[in-house]
Amino acid sequence: MTSINGGVANHAIPTGEPALVVQDLSKTYRAGEPPVWSNVSFSVPRGQRVAIIGGNGAGKSTLLRCCMRLVEPDAGEVYFGAHKITGLRGRALSRARAQVGFVFQKHNLVHRLSVLTNVLHGGLAQRRSPRLWFQSVAPATDRRKALSCLAQVNLAPLCGRRTDELSGGQSQRVAIARALMQQPTMIFADEPVASLDPQAGEDVMQVFSDLAQAQGLTLVFVTHHLEHALRYADRVLGLQGGRLALDAPTANQSIAGLRGMYA
Amino acid sequence: MRDADDMTLPARFSPPGPVSIVAFLVFLSFFAWSLAAAGISISELVEGLPNMGHIASEMVPPATDRFWPMLSSVLVTFQMALVGTVIGIVLSVPLALLAARNHTPHRLVRSAIRSLVSFIRTVPDLAWALFFVASVGLGPFAGTLTLVMDTIGFCARFFAEAIEEVESGPAEALTALGAPNSAVIACATLPMAMPSLINTSLFALEKAVRSSVVLGLVGAGGIGAELATSMEMFRYDQAATIVLMIFLLVVLVEALSSHARQRLLKNRH
Ligand SMILES: Nc1ncnc2c1ncn2[C@@H]1O[C@H](COP(=O)(O)OP(=O)(O)O)[C@@H](O)[C@H]1O
Ligand SMILES: [Mg+2]
Repeated sequence: MTSINGGVANHAIPTGEPALVVQDLSKTYRAGEPPVWSNVSFSVPRGQRVAIIGGNGAGKSTLLRCCMRLVEPDAGEVYFGAHKITGLRGRALSRARAQVGFVFQKHNLVHRLSVLTNVLHGGLAQRRSPRLWFQSVAPATDRRKALSCLAQVNLAPLCGRRTDELSGGQSQRVAIARALMQQPTMIFADEPVASLDPQAGEDVMQVFSDLAQAQGLTLVFVTHHLEHALRYADRVLGLQGGRLALDAPTANQSIAGLRGMYA
Repeated sequence: MRDADDMTLPARFSPPGPVSIVAFLVFLSFFAWSLAAAGISISELVEGLPNMGHIASEMVPPATDRFWPMLSSVLVTFQMALVGTVIGIVLSVPLALLAARNHTPHRLVRSAIRSLVSFIRTVPDLAWALFFVASVGLGPFAGTLTLVMDTIGFCARFFAEAIEEVESGPAEALTALGAPNSAVIACATLPMAMPSLINTSLFALEKAVRSSVVLGLVGAGGIGAELATSMEMFRYDQAATIVLMIFLLVVLVEALSSHARQRLLKNRH
């Protein structure tokens, strides 16, 4: 299980070396329309927690998707560490994607399969074996690893449940466990708590924050909760008017100030 | 309140335009001609009534002399249907993936597979059966091949639609974590489509059991041959037994299939 920096648990202290670099990125969905945003550049040091804010349609999801190449950017480059992501294809692209745990607004679990099976799927990039398709045929080490990922989000007792029997907050934590199974160096989360009640949302954000701290993971999350941005991030990026209009440490930001991003 | 006099109700009927009148007259004359072509004849129906009564009375009591050979034919019929359906389903899954918008490697592949499947579906069962009897000879193998085609024509189409309707999020999540395409299909797309795939497959089995009955009429194996023989020998009592057996088989398969539907849809992995 290799990752570009040779492991996950060994860099609890942010070293200042970039985990994610975005250079002059631009995206237009349809020719003739104005770009969603253009010339977006920023660099995220390892272990940093970054919140992305901006109004509906500002292009926050598009930015995360372009970084993963789920959507192709028109211009610019993306690097994970020293590895250039833009231009990769096939297996090399799969391996690059595997370094990032992507958590969506909707948990996107396969609801007819068990919780343990869904978590096992996180290992599909590193181990391309069909034995990871279903927990019933998975090797014992992988099953144990999946269970320990579930334990990290406090859901080990639910490993045998069907996913559609879980609450929204539990589902989102299973999605986080699936991301952990990837042994990622970064976690991207696109409005991960937008469909949860306030308490469950707070719990999920706390899980992200604790994991980032404990494992030195780089965390990039999109949120509409400005208090989450201030509480759980070290830095805030704001998209507005087709450009990166804000890039500042959260320490000197206030909710009232951030409201300006929605004007 | 306003006076009802100064408000206009819409007309009860709007007069048809000249085009509709002509279209209607054309339809009417075509239908009259069709009545003649269909050979509808009240006198023949009336003359046929005693014959129908005679045949019906010959049918009771149903014959038991060929009970065991008939039962074994019914069993073969079901076995042909089962094997043909299972092989057809297995072949339909890859075809459906190639024909589904969200998994096809190329738009042209999609249209090519769709056309192929429509063609397979449009050719009638009996035409397939005659083709296979001519190519692989008389007997259940020809019937089984026919039912494979029958199943592909039905399942590949509905599987493709089920696959296209599956919510895209889970597949996208697995793509985002770097899973290979085969895993995305096996772990997200197919499990998400499973209830619909199971449902369609069970309908395919029911359909195959019903179609398998007539295949014997053209020598493609199964109970149909027994039925043809009994009718030719005027053994309407034997024919009655066969019809009853077919009826019981179809009812049994439909009951089992609806039971299986409920059980399978509850499973987890
Ligand atoms: N797949 C797509 N095709 C075309 N336009 C899209 C697509 N996805 C998003 N957009 C458009 O791009 C803009 C940014 O969308 P999005 O990134 O989802 O914004 P946000 O996540 O900030 O709400 C919106 O105007 C949206 O309509
Ligand atoms: Mg969004």
